[in-house]
Amino acid sequence: MTEHDDLPAAARTRQLEERLIAAGLTSDEEIDEFLTRLYTKASPVNGARMAARAWTDPQYRDLLLSDGNAAAAELGMDRLGYALRVVPNTETAHNVIVCTLCSCYPVSLLGPSPSWYKSFAYRSRTVREPRAVLAEFGLTLPDEVEVSVWDSTSEARYMVLPSRPAGTGGLAAGELAAMVTRNGLIGTALV
Amino acid sequence: MSYPPGARVRVRTGDPDHHTRVPRYVRGHSGEVVAALGTWTLPDDSARGIAEPRVETCYAVRFSAADLWGRGDHTVTVDLWESYLDRA
Repeated sequence: MTEHDDLPAAARTRQLEERLIAAGLTSDEEIDEFLTRLYTKASPVNGARMAARAWTDPQYRDLLLSDGNAAAAELGMDRLGYALRVVPNTETAHNVIVCTLCSCYPVSLLGPSPSWYKSFAYRSRTVREPRAVLAEFGLTLPDEVEVSVWDSTSEARYMVLPSRPAGTGGLAAGELAAMVTRNGLIGTALV
Repeated sequence: MSYPPGARVRVRTGDPDHHTRVPRYVRGHSGEVVAALGTWTLPDDSARGIAEPRVETCYAVRFSAADLWGRGDHTVTVDLWESYLDRA
């Protein structure tokens, strides 16, 4: 922890917190409560449950694709602080998410974002050469699969609904959910 | 002005000296409206502390990579508020 606390970014963050607290805009307690909520509840397990349910329940899939917020509520999740848009992969279409301006993404459903998602390289290259970026993640897509990149520049947050892997017909919802990864929900992996 | 899905729009080319959510790489480019996402405060106004910021529809607009970069077979969809757009 000492190493982390010594980072210039940590010092800047602390100064910013102190200014905001001094201005009466927030408090230490409020910040702690937010972070606790973030780290205990925000997890890719949430997005994975939604994907697995969509694979097994066509009505839920329709709801997920038409009203992501209602679909999250249906599984008992806390109210989302953003408009969720879910984009489905198919045999001929692959989706991938990026935020070129910063690092927006549906944190409560995917967990805190990985450092590569915030990197300049990922943010600048994904909109320009997504096939090359995905290949570096080990995902080489056939030429006939169309690639759609979603740049999250607004209050909407995007999540990818991966295709259900072949040969999973007999699996229960919990087993299916366990197959879904954070990268699959971002679009940098198939599942 | 509101844009239905399928409408062709062009992103304005201005380079404001305040905060905006128009990525530079789509400025001046034409794309197709995919969907209206919601109605939200315009970040350009809220970031400047304007007392009554504009509240506008925000659209998902799809661009072809070939248009943006001169190569590539993918599409890039960007969320853009109404004031960022003109009908193409």
